[in-house]
Amino acid sequence: MKIRLIINAITHEVEVEERTLLADLLRDQLGLTGTHLGCDTSQCGCCTVHLDGEAVKSCTMLAVQAAGCSVLTIEGLAQAHADTRSGFESIDSSRERSSLASEEAGQALEVHPVQAAFAACHALQCGFCTPGMIMASADLLRRHPDPSDEQILEGLAGNLCRCTGYVNIVKAVKQAAAQMQTLAAARSGQ
Amino acid sequence: MYAFQYRRPSSVEEALELAAADEEAKYLAGGMTLIPALKHRLSSPSQLIDVARLAHLQRCERIDGDTQTLWRIGAAVRHAEVAAHPGLAQDLPALTALAAGIGDPQVRARGTIGGSVANNDPAADYPSALLALNAVVITNRRRLGAQDFFQGMFSTALEDQEMIFAVEFPIPKRAAYAKFPHPATGYAMAGVFVAQHLAGDWRVAVTGVGAGVFRWVAAEEAIAAGDPVPALERDDLMEDMHAPGSYRAHLASVMLAKARGELAGGV
Repeated sequence: MKIRLIINAITHEVEVEERTLLADLLRDQLGLTGTHLGCDTSQCGCCTVHLDGEAVKSCTMLAVQAAGCSVLTIEGLAQAHADTRSGFESIDSSRERSSLASEEAGQALEVHPVQAAFAACHALQCGFCTPGMIMASADLLRRHPDPSDEQILEGLAGNLCRCTGYVNIVKAVKQAAAQMQTLAAARSGQ
Repeated sequence: MYAFQYRRPSSVEEALELAAADEEAKYLAGGMTLIPALKHRLSSPSQLIDVARLAHLQRCERIDGDTQTLWRIGAAVRHAEVAAHPGLAQDLPALTALAAGIGDPQVRARGTIGGSVANNDPAADYPSALLALNAVVITNRRRLGAQDFFQGMFSTALEDQEMIFAVEFPIPKRAAYAKFPHPATGYAMAGVFVAQHLAGDWRVAVTGVGAGVFRWVAAEEAIAAGDPVPALERDDLMEDMHAPGSYRAHLASVMLAKARGELAGGV
């Protein structure tokens, strides 16, 4: 069956079997392997993506159910954030964007504030759950821009990390929240 | 998953026609239970009829009657929408709190009330609310009281191809829900919904503890009489690797006490 959907701001028209999972479409057909498949039983949240702006588990959704929808994956998160913040103005805000220095490449990689905070706070060890954690964190910060510890744990209840014990993950979400509020305040003050 | 056809009708009428023409078809809403079942090959429908976007099933409205005010929640209304609905929070805070505690945020962004009710998982949250609040399930064929609708583990009064349109909740005098969630799945190890209706009568419904949601009549009578609630006794207590039946029965008493403590005005 042929479906049309928007993935990371690009319209795709793809041929999928009806029983293809959204996670498998992203990974196998489109090569977007940042979305991980962990448990495949909708418990671990590694496959979390945003569907029309809300976090969902792409292993428990058919690709055909996403037809006509907008999907955001970890690969598109930083750009989506930058686009939202710059709106329709010419993009001169790129210097404000959070950046994570990549010494090996010798250049700054554009990342979302949640990604930057996860790196800065060492909120990952093996990193397998991290794309899902970051997508769920971005969703919870949309709902709770200044979250309490309880709201963070509740917001990440659908994501499992077997390495960190969550302490640094909570710290990272708080740091990201502060960073995003600072950016928003700087922007509204312009 | 076995192969199936996927259809996304644009109206309820079209969905019903598709279903009438194919007795192996199934309705799909959020898919939070159906898709895992398909993945395990526990179900092999010929056709999935996606009703999640049908406007007729997405309404959430307050109906003011002469004697009773109701909330009619469309079958395709998602848990996250019920949890965040300001009007519902005003009139039925126990229901919005219940919806906010289902599964996790990603599940609540997809799962629907109609799907939960039609599935009737013995540890699901919504069935206890329907039973305690004397809710009515509205389908394309009839209106069914919750007492008649739920018929034990994963069983309901729904006939083949019958579609749930909405659930109608009368606003009670006061109500509260307390559950002890399974730490991994969020399903109720024991969930107790207690409600006092406008006429003063009490309803207590329990999920996660028996072979399906049930009314705890002895507790209703004890609360009405002002007596201590006796221990829960049943011969269909759920036993599995997570807990023996006796533990779940004890949890039901603890959750009832917790729910009563949360009732406006206390008991």
